[in-house]
Amino acid sequence: MVIDILSHSARLELGPAGDQSPGPWQHWRLARDEQSIAWLLLDRRGARVNTLDEEVLEELDDILATLEQDPPQALVIRSAKPSGFCAGADVGMFRGVGDPLPVIERLRRAHGILDRLERLAVTTVAVIHGPCLGGGLELALACDRRIAIDGATLGFPEVLLGLHPGLGGTYRATELIDPIQAMTLMLTGKSAPAAKAKALGLVDAVIPERHLAGAVATAAAGKLAQAGRPWHRRLFAIPWLRELAARRMVAETARKVNRQFYPAPFALINLWRNHGGHRKGMRVGEIKSFARLVTSATGQNLIRVFFLRETLKGLANQGVASRGQADQVAASGQVIRHIHVVGAGTMGGDIAAWCAFSGFRVTLADRDPSVIAAAVARAATLCERKHLDRPGKRAVLDRLIPDLAGDGARRADILIEAVPEDTAIKASVYRELEARMKPGAILATNTSSIPLETLRAGLDRPERFLGLHFFNPVAQMQLVELVSHDSVDGACRDRALAFIKAIDRLPAPVQSAPGFLVNRVLTPYLLEAMLLLDEGLTAETIDQAAVDFGMPVGPVELADQVGLDICIAVGDMLAERLGGDIPAVPGWIRDKVAAGETGRKAGKGFYSWRDGAPLKQRQKAAGEREGKRDRDLADRLILPLLNACVACLREGIVADADVLDGAVIFGTGFAPFRGGPLHYARQRGIGDIVSSLELLAASHGGRFTPDPGWRDLS
Amino acid sequence: MDGLRTPFLKVAAAPGPFTPVDLAVQCGRPLLLRQPFAPESFDRVILGCVNVLAEEMNPARVAALRLGMGDGMPAYTVQINCGSGMLSIDAGFQAIQLGDADLVLAGGSESLSHAPLYFNRQATAWFAALNGARTLPQRVAALARVRPGFFKPVIGLLRGLTDPVVELNMGQTAEVLAYLFDISRQAADEYAVESHRRLAQAQERGWLADEVTPVFTGDGKCHTADNGVRPDTTTDRLAALKPAFEKPWGKVTAGNSSQVTDGASWVVLASEAAVARHGLQPRARIVDSQWSALDPSIMGLGPVLSATELLKRGNFGLDDIDLWEINEAFAAQVLACLKAWRSGDFCRTVLGLDGALGAIAPDRLNINGGAVSLGHPVGASGNRIVLHLANSLHRLGLRRGIASQCVGGGQGGAMLLEAV
Repeated sequence: MVIDILSHSARLELGPAGDQSPGPWQHWRLARDEQSIAWLLLDRRGARVNTLDEEVLEELDDILATLEQDPPQALVIRSAKPSGFCAGADVGMFRGVGDPLPVIERLRRAHGILDRLERLAVTTVAVIHGPCLGGGLELALACDRRIAIDGATLGFPEVLLGLHPGLGGTYRATELIDPIQAMTLMLTGKSAPAAKAKALGLVDAVIPERHLAGAVATAAAGKLAQAGRPWHRRLFAIPWLRELAARRMVAETARKVNRQFYPAPFALINLWRNHGGHRKGMRVGEIKSFARLVTSATGQNLIRVFFLRETLKGLANQGVASRGQADQVAASGQVIRHIHVVGAGTMGGDIAAWCAFSGFRVTLADRDPSVIAAAVARAATLCERKHLDRPGKRAVLDRLIPDLAGDGARRADILIEAVPEDTAIKASVYRELEARMKPGAILATNTSSIPLETLRAGLDRPERFLGLHFFNPVAQMQLVELVSHDSVDGACRDRALAFIKAIDRLPAPVQSAPGFLVNRVLTPYLLEAMLLLDEGLTAETIDQAAVDFGMPVGPVELADQVGLDICIAVGDMLAERLGGDIPAVPGWIRDKVAAGETGRKAGKGFYSWRDGAPLKQRQKAAGEREGKRDRDLADRLILPLLNACVACLREGIVADADVLDGAVIFGTGFAPFRGGPLHYARQRGIGDIVSSLELLAASHGGRFTPDPGWRDLS
Repeated sequence: MDGLRTPFLKVAAAPGPFTPVDLAVQCGRPLLLRQPFAPESFDRVILGCVNVLAEEMNPARVAALRLGMGDGMPAYTVQINCGSGMLSIDAGFQAIQLGDADLVLAGGSESLSHAPLYFNRQATAWFAALNGARTLPQRVAALARVRPGFFKPVIGLLRGLTDPVVELNMGQTAEVLAYLFDISRQAADEYAVESHRRLAQAQERGWLADEVTPVFTGDGKCHTADNGVRPDTTTDRLAALKPAFEKPWGKVTAGNSSQVTDGASWVVLASEAAVARHGLQPRARIVDSQWSALDPSIMGLGPVLSATELLKRGNFGLDDIDLWEINEAFAAQVLACLKAWRSGDFCRTVLGLDGALGAIAPDRLNINGGAVSLGHPVGASGNRIVLHLANSLHRLGLRRGIASQCVGGGQGGAMLLEAV
């Protein structure tokens, strides 16, 4: 099925090389126009998106040799692919590398090629459309001028992979523009839209495609002015000024990221601090630092996480028809355009807002207009956070249609039910929806605790019913569990996968079972924290142990955020349906919930909450605490989670270990630098995990008994 | 066929949250959603709007695009002051009669709270001179000519409500009619109280549920009902108000005039062929329409002239018309119309009838309130009264109705509907 969202047809001005049949190179095409300007198009064979690898760069080297022999008037480099300029280096190149020395050699060779481009005597102009990231940006920085087409975005996302730029970006970017701005781009990994890139001086002009010929002619004649940059940027060649700035950067970065787990940004700051303004030293430093980072465990694990994300994204491609079928699909009216959401509460409202933001027309139904109104306000806030301009925000809000009468159900391609967790309420909603929905539409539920088998019981056509389980907050949690029961129609499932991709989320296909995957593995972790509280430990201590392990927030704080009432409800449901391994919730906690202290939403749970943040007592510094006690504490929290993961894998709730690892990382934030729960278990040693579990079972109870599935894990 | 309007929202001090197109989109979306055909099936969109904003030129087209009706939807905006919302229906009616269209979306929208403030003429001239000054000495000289009076803004709304030919504002024309037809302050206040009572009752009984759809702001508020209504107002309270337009002896006050309001309304018009093709269920048939003109200083009599033409052409007496919607621009103005029809002299001399037409029973006129309690978003009112008339005929199982409004500038528009 093809998802059709307001797509933009992009016509690219490719110059003389555009129409040529492939030349001597696999990934590049080269031709000269009447003004003798050479157009060099990057068009990586067999890929939808341009990435750089050794083959691509070696061909570039070859091309540069021919250009040196017979220099053109000027050289224009752009991408022939509609998807954008270049997404960066091929991450797969560094998968599995353990030894830094060969990496250093490879990087030196690559640097040499980009240096050759930089040294080319003729004017070189990079024309950038779409995303220009990482290595792609480094390629563009080796040119004399950069022209961005409207809609282009530029950035250095390497830090998100536990790396930093390694193809000269650290010095070329800090030389070209204000070094502080360059460092900010590299430390945050955020992309700059074209206008901002021009303001920074990263690109020299921003134009619509129709003016490219004129802009290139001007640039080729040497008349394209370089974008303005602040004069004070040169001051940072002074060491003590850099030192001051670097200290500030370290402090700010340390506030957001644990240095022990994510060394890359700190390595980058050190690189600039020590060598900024001096190219030779910085280049050597960059190569060495990159090689160190990419061969480290963290680097390799974050590369693994990148591929886990690609795996999940790839699942969605099962749902996209091949070229030939796409027209049939569109003609038969199976293109997804309209989403109908029933229930405008926290989840329903946010799901609707996200779908509208993603380009779909959404009708949002609820019995109470003020609930819908609050959802509209949250959608407006989402637009602001995403920096949409006024027309963009207005278009999103126009697409989000309050629908008290529920008329949207008749037009929707996917109907998502997000009403309270009550079987009777859901059943009556389904009755109404089934009476109105299109025959080819999909009925989805966002339930987290009611079995799909129960919900499908009253349906006329259960084969088009499935679960789309979103996580809170929808705009930030990328994961969506796609829950199938045993009579789901395969085509519906594929279509749902394609929908998840269209709204830029990551699908985790799971079988219908209590808690699906994420709640099932998270609950033992949260409940164990409650037992620890019952044993007398402070919430802060428990949370610190988890954060020290690498979790983004501790279990006590997370429980407060989710809502203690919900945690207990899910825990009770799992206990009822899975049996004895789920620990019992201590009575005083139930009393707390009964008294209304349900967590962040009530202002008080285990912590007192003010302005959306918990009030915590100060912790003793890391060095003062007992290392072993912390590790034991972390084990008590994390091992039940791992145990539950293995159970899910064994029961076939999720297809394979990689999907499980990806889902748990993107659904819970499980320490990404550890590469996923099962990967962590393998790295640590299955034997070690199992014996740790057995010890804990002996002293704390049967809930720690290792799951039989550990035996099958290698 | 069908229609929906926004709640009519009283204008407060600051600009309201909705522009004319915003309002049109808010009630257009649910209306299009509940039709059995796709929005692209319409042949054209016509919108009445008086205060068009510069950033929404041809609001009909902007609304059509924002409503997702497709790039291929022709749309235009019409303006005949207070009659604009009815003119759009009339234009759609004619297009269908001519065979140019089968499905027309005809509406009216007004956001008086967004009525602009203008710079006066001297200020505009000064800006132009400043802009044209090239050298520094020229610029300094131009700047030196500024006067504080330049910055006193002209309130667009006030200007717009004043007739430029007779130099009377709308309220003053009502005073003229009150004088000519001897309408007392008491009578006007009593009429106003009744308008509020009727609207409050209609809201309470849910008679407007199918006609009014809630609007939602970007900051989390929603408005579900017309908010100008004062169910507990009394003649005593109204008696305490001072005359609004001609102090101190005038009879027209803020309490017995229509309110300044934002609102929008749409109706779906279909040809017989379209009804058959889509299996539609029409509520009313447009039988006839009429635009008449008269002296601007007594524009409030517009309904009398235009509605009477409809009666003459159809050979109807007052008894043949089950329901009347006469826009309540001012209580005194409505009462003057009723008195005109009761006056033998007037009917013979002005309307060319044999004698007085008669009295319209109060329980047939504006049965659920009107602009005094609801408000009068200028471009939308004409559309609302047709929609409400069709809905009322349908609800009460009645046969025939006339909707009519007076138009600033000295005109009147009227439309005759028959229930289907």
